[in-house]
Amino acid sequence: MGNINHKESFISKYIFTYDHKMISKQFLITAIVMGILGVSLSILFRLQLGWPGESFAILETFLGKWAPGGVLDRNAYLALVTIHGTIMVFFVLTAGLSGTFSNLLIPLQIGARDMASGFLNMLSYWFFVISCVVMIFSLFVEGGAASGGWTIYPPLSALPQAMPGSGTGMTLWLLSMTLFVVSSLLGSLNYIVTIVNLRTKGLSMTRLPLTIWAFFVTAILGVLSFPVLVSAIVLLLMDRMMGTAFYLSDIFIGGEALDATGGSPILYQHLFWFLGHPEVYIVLLPALGISSEVIATNSRKPIFGYKAMVGSIIAIGFLSFIVWAHHMFVTGMNPFLGSVFVFTTLLIAIPSAVKAFNYITTLWRGNIRFTPAMLFSIGLVSTFVTGGLTGIILADSALDVTLHDTYFVVGHFHIVMGLSAIFGLFAGVYHWFSKMFGRMMNTKLGYVHFWFTIVCGYGVFFPMHFVGLAGAPRRYYDSTSFDFLDSVTDLQPIISMFAIVGALAQLVFMFNFFYSIFRGQAATQNPWKSNTLEWTTPVEHIHGNWSGALPEVHRWPYDYSNPAHDEDFVLQTTPLKDGEVGH
Amino acid sequence: MKLLILLVIVVGIIAVAQLAKIYQLSARLRGHREEDISEADTRLQGSLWIVFMFVLFGTTIWQFVRYGDYLPPSASLHGEAVDMLMGYNLALVIFVFFVVNALIFIFSFKYRFDKNRTAHFFPHDTRLEVIWTVIPSIVLAVIIIYGLQTWSEMTGPASDDSLRVELYSKQFDWTARYAGDDDAFGSTNFNLITPLNPLGIVTQDGIDQALLKIEDKIAKLNEELNAEKGHLLAEKVELERSLHPSDDHGHSGHEHSDHDDSHHEMTEGYKNNIESRLTAINDLLNSGTAKVMTDAAYEAKEDKIYRLKRHRQRILELKNYEVGDGFDAWEVGKDDRIVKSEFHLPIGREIEFVFRSRDVLHSAFMPHFRAQMNTVPGLPTRFKIETTITTDSMRTILDNPDFNYILLCNKVCGSAHFNMQMTIVVETQEEYDAWLSEQKVYMAEKN
Ligand code: HEM
Ligand SMILES: [Cu+2]
Ligand SMILES: [Cu+2]
Repeated sequence: MGNINHKESFISKYIFTYDHKMISKQFLITAIVMGILGVSLSILFRLQLGWPGESFAILETFLGKWAPGGVLDRNAYLALVTIHGTIMVFFVLTAGLSGTFSNLLIPLQIGARDMASGFLNMLSYWFFVISCVVMIFSLFVEGGAASGGWTIYPPLSALPQAMPGSGTGMTLWLLSMTLFVVSSLLGSLNYIVTIVNLRTKGLSMTRLPLTIWAFFVTAILGVLSFPVLVSAIVLLLMDRMMGTAFYLSDIFIGGEALDATGGSPILYQHLFWFLGHPEVYIVLLPALGISSEVIATNSRKPIFGYKAMVGSIIAIGFLSFIVWAHHMFVTGMNPFLGSVFVFTTLLIAIPSAVKAFNYITTLWRGNIRFTPAMLFSIGLVSTFVTGGLTGIILADSALDVTLHDTYFVVGHFHIVMGLSAIFGLFAGVYHWFSKMFGRMMNTKLGYVHFWFTIVCGYGVFFPMHFVGLAGAPRRYYDSTSFDFLDSVTDLQPIISMFAIVGALAQLVFMFNFFYSIFRGQAATQNPWKSNTLEWTTPVEHIHGNWSGALPEVHRWPYDYSNPAHDEDFVLQTTPLKDGEVGH
Repeated sequence: MKLLILLVIVVGIIAVAQLAKIYQLSARLRGHREEDISEADTRLQGSLWIVFMFVLFGTTIWQFVRYGDYLPPSASLHGEAVDMLMGYNLALVIFVFFVVNALIFIFSFKYRFDKNRTAHFFPHDTRLEVIWTVIPSIVLAVIIIYGLQTWSEMTGPASDDSLRVELYSKQFDWTARYAGDDDAFGSTNFNLITPLNPLGIVTQDGIDQALLKIEDKIAKLNEELNAEKGHLLAEKVELERSLHPSDDHGHSGHEHSDHDDSHHEMTEGYKNNIESRLTAINDLLNSGTAKVMTDAAYEAKEDKIYRLKRHRQRILELKNYEVGDGFDAWEVGKDDRIVKSEFHLPIGREIEFVFRSRDVLHSAFMPHFRAQMNTVPGLPTRFKIETTITTDSMRTILDNPDFNYILLCNKVCGSAHFNMQMTIVVETQEEYDAWLSEQKVYMAEKN
């Protein structure tokens, strides 16, 4: 740190770098690669769901013995679904969002030369890479990858004789996730320490950009919840390998009564969802932070209700720890306990509503610049509202009895978590691309990408609600043998077609991204006329971020169109005018 | 086909590449910067939000018209309340969906960039924020209270005179059990499961059967182990060496001959034993029963025997325990009725389902009754419903003579998870009684 001009080798600059800006790019590109994989897997199984039993040469090309004659094998279907879910939730949306943007923006927006520990930061990235490699490798082992769904409920996941995917593939899944948690913990601790200790002069917590608040709360959620996942995993590993019975009891399988008695499969679910629910906010909050920043900048208005926004981030973070059992209403859990979780779950809707209305009020009477980042952020507000609303229905335990594990749930969480977080990711990439690569992305291609993505996103996930209302269970290889689902079978091919088109549209992004890294228009220092500190750094990356002294902060980040100033933006480093009341 | 796909991909990429080049060239020519959004673009993007709004709302309405029927009318009493609740909640949610999304899209259009306008500096307004904290809170309070009322009614304890039906899941089918004339279920134990006793009902015969079965298995495994070729050959060499110690002379000194001496003192009886064992080994080797096994396979079989012995031990314990409980316990399960592939329910009765699972988690999902409950190995779960519409009436209502109520599995449980179903028939009490009397009685099955 601080040593600005020393020479670096290729390896220390691009591979085992300590520099947060480079690590952020490493996270982003790794997540994009994983994203390509995760989306491709979903297209492969959407072919089977859209046109059950039909033969697709492409399936045999890619999957070989998993799709004999071009028809997806039943076990392979479950493996694809499982790995798709795991990759999208953890590797793309957790590591992709936090890893990329916490790393890039925390030091830049708080005026620090780097993360508190560059070394831990590097370790965090490399643990992530190893866990990606293990997860990908698990696709190729005997018996195939883990297949019990991304939640891997035991006993199915504990007993290799229960399904082929519960053999080596499951062991590797557990190993990969453990490595992932190590990565996430190293990263999160670093983010927390950095935000608490390294803020520049004048940058009080109440002057932090909402991005940083979101990353901060996200990191705290991660530190508190991921270790619980590890304990769940360790107990599962012991049940699998050492003959313990934490999750197993009274089981007769493969013609044999097992020794295990006294364990409870439900215990696993409590542990899993104690991570699982905060996890959805670990995915969502950074996206909300990014969109807050992008929406304020491009509406040329302060974010409406800054304090309420911070308050609701904290409230959501806190509440997310006491709602986990809404995933377990039909496990046989005491109905009174269910009532308590209905109550806490619906409480989350209040801070969520506050956030949504504050976004909308920020748009109101703004002067909106339609940059691609802005389009994605507006799209995010829409999907956040739409998906949150269906959550209200699921949170009602009496209704969840019929909807649990149906396509309604799949529609719900893809819109609220999948689309919103992906939109946040894209918004962040378009907005901060020039900070990462010193060049601009192409705006027109950004438009094309956005409209295809939102239309296909709604096109895929909205109809799923109707499929679910009609009673179609999720994780079904084929539901055509049920007459009562005939009324919605014609939606399945439509969904699949939207999925294929939507996936292809991502090629536009891919092209724009990689092409612009090398050939994009050279960026100016502050292209969006933004207030935050990262735009006071030079376009070229330098170790230590600011060549001279660290900037000093005099105001909050949202002085857009402040009538007391001539310009419609005021950098945080601008001192207060005489008589101006600061924030 | 492969080629075609490849071609499509290549063409697509080339097309995108061309597009980008054109865009970038034109931008450079006019000295245009990417961050400057032209007026034309602003107008286009603003209008697209409005177009998108109409498309989204239009297709939403269309989907509600076309697919909004949800499920057929509820065939259970609590389901009617659930449907009401669903109706209110859906209506509310759809209303908010339209209003809030419309605000987002219309504001995006209306407040699109105009260089002659400045944005309204409006950092906060406590009154507004209180309004949209309080209103959602009130609405949610209503939702919570209404929802929990329905929930507590449907999850309350079943009445004493309800009909109890057990649903038992395993990979990949369901079994239903009804109590016999004694109106009580026999207790069950997973250690007693055999093909003839799929539910593991505890009876004296059940225990004996299970023990026999295990003894059989152990004996068979032992036989296989005893016929392992490698072990047999090794033993043979060993035995022959002990019979003819002089055969392996030559490579050692005095010590060896001392050793040999001891063998010469071998008793006749001992020698006979060895010889008869050798004959047995030779018979095995010649008869072809002897097989080669890898070490791993051998150990796996030994391990299996060990586990079977523990299984036997558990059953023996059960036997001792149950005997202490009095003789009745053995009788209760004898007249239980066991039903596969289709089960019947009487109309207008409260039915309490008891769910058990043999292997992994499953979930008993009966969408037409708005009922679902996971089945958990080691933990019986319950759900009660009251039937309101017979299968026949539902066929008339839906104008579909083939309609059937159905039970599906709704918790991923393995490769055939998607096809784990059972038909449910709801009929009058008389029809039901007649049907039940024809069902197999557990102990009768044995004879
Ligand atoms: C805002 C961000 C949210 C995210 C990221 C999110 C994510 C998810 C995910 C991933 C699931 C999948 C469960 C499964 O695999 O079975 C789920 C289910 C669920 N969500 Fe959300 N959710 C969000 C908001 C909400 C809200 C606002 C509510 C209620 C007010 C809610 C209530 C539920 C309930 C009750 C379930 C369980 C459904 C079931 O298991 O049948 N969620 N959510
Ligand atoms: Cu949750
Ligand atoms: Cu099942």
